[in-house]
Amino acid sequence: MNLVTLADFAHARAGDKGNILSVAVFPHDPAHFQWLLRELTCERVAEQFATRRPSRVHRYDLPNLNALNFVLEDALEGGVNRSCGLDRHGKSLSYLLLALRLPGPSA
Amino acid sequence: MTQKILVGCGAGFANDRPDAALRLAQDLAQRTGQRYIMLELLAERTLAEAQLRKGLDPQAGYATRLFDFLEPMLDVCIEAGIPIITNGGAANPRAAAQRLRNTLAGRYPTLKIACVLGDDLLDETPARYVQWLSLDCVGHEPVSVNVYTGADGIATALAEGAGIVLCGRVADPSLAVGAIRHGLGWAAEDWQKMAVATAAGHLLECCTQVTGGYFAHPGMKDIPDPANLGCPIAEIHQDGRLIISKTRHCGGRVSEQTVKEQLLYEVHDPRRYLTPDVVLDLGQARVQDLGEDRIEISGLQGHPRPETLKGLAGMRGLWFGEAEISYAGPGAVPRAALAREILLQRFARLAPEVEPWIDLSGIASLFNDHAGRYLQQRLTQAPALEDVRVRVGLTHTDRSLVEALLAEVESLYTNGPAGGGGVRRHLTEAVTTRSFLLPRSEIHTTLEWY
Repeated sequence: MNLVTLADFAHARAGDKGNILSVAVFPHDPAHFQWLLRELTCERVAEQFATRRPSRVHRYDLPNLNALNFVLEDALEGGVNRSCGLDRHGKSLSYLLLALRLPGPSA
Repeated sequence: MTQKILVGCGAGFANDRPDAALRLAQDLAQRTGQRYIMLELLAERTLAEAQLRKGLDPQAGYATRLFDFLEPMLDVCIEAGIPIITNGGAANPRAAAQRLRNTLAGRYPTLKIACVLGDDLLDETPARYVQWLSLDCVGHEPVSVNVYTGADGIATALAEGAGIVLCGRVADPSLAVGAIRHGLGWAAEDWQKMAVATAAGHLLECCTQVTGGYFAHPGMKDIPDPANLGCPIAEIHQDGRLIISKTRHCGGRVSEQTVKEQLLYEVHDPRRYLTPDVVLDLGQARVQDLGEDRIEISGLQGHPRPETLKGLAGMRGLWFGEAEISYAGPGAVPRAALAREILLQRFARLAPEVEPWIDLSGIASLFNDHAGRYLQQRLTQAPALEDVRVRVGLTHTDRSLVEALLAEVESLYTNGPAGGGGVRRHLTEAVTTRSFLLPRSEIHTTLEWY
């Protein structure tokens, strides 16, 4: 299959609230929004974050903004309060999502 | 009736850049009409840390850098008639107000300084707040208990002539909502207008995160002059139009991309963004590029504000330790991996109840997890690196145990794999926070004047 890296087609920003990670994803080219709706599924995102063991992954679609907002519950190893990790906020995790490989827009 | 106001934001967190705030003040001073500056200086744990400082010194407990931001811009703002609104009063707005009077040393005697009080529940009897705390908080002694209040106190203070408004815990967007309600005469129960005001506050509250900060990716998303980002300015019109721009003659960029990223920042359900002032619905929101770093946001919907408010309690009693050592050159990866194995064995013997988090920076750190699942996955890919840093993170209630375990990392100098260097150790008291909900009717903000 013709796999591409999401980072070549989209940008993203991560935010945290407690132990919940949110990542908003936007295609660089608005024409790719439908492709993201089809291919950037909760299942794929859950798989990409499998080592973080999220208890739930939800996607909110915002067609007016050409945006997808992912919410991953219990994905921050306790979050800024409890995590022993380097990035307790999960600010860098937008790029774990952007590292996702998925079937390309022409597929 | 005022047709248009400007609200600028000079700080998005406690360690933001005072020089950018000053340039914002100087820019706004050259413009006309009603203008306001907000300074957002708190994070989740800041209030607990501020309460601890106040416990040691009754004149302390406001944001440590509050005056680094205020002092340079005071004359500019006061002379131009630009009110400053900040949550930098933190755990002690009264002490901040008194120091501000001392700083002004008799100048501007007619300037009214308001403290917005009522968010701090720690002064009250514990029985009052314990009823709202979750069960797992009982038994811990909270060092801070605060409620995220809305814009009411700020709007009232400005209506009564405040030139500077010092708050403690207030919802971040409310710093702008209070200014907008005052400036445009908008009613607190006009949910459509409150949606516009809250969206403005939400876009402003992290300061340069909407003007090119937390954004640049060379070749993909470039930002001009990223070392001198301009602060954001919201232009709010009486008819509900909202435009985000930035300080003139500074770096940064306001684009559809920067605004969209910030509009959804820390948002869960975009149709129900809960704030003390309104439930903001971004489901129909649109952005439009007006050119010259001006972006208009439209389609904002508001629903009646929640009947509950969010509270936050900070607890002490947990120690957070970190220690690091590096390996470089040929065989750096296997030597670093061996150091990790040695540490796991030593920790298991010395403190079996402590599960250390161990990263191998270069291979897995930011994306790693406590159990090291991501690290193990990466190690099987045989990464070819010649500079790897072993990092250990751990928490425990026993400070001396944490110290002893951190010393284990340093002991790798003489006991560990060949060529280990650059040990650093760091130990801090971790404040943990718990959020809770309480009825809005229980909280009444009050004003004090200085």
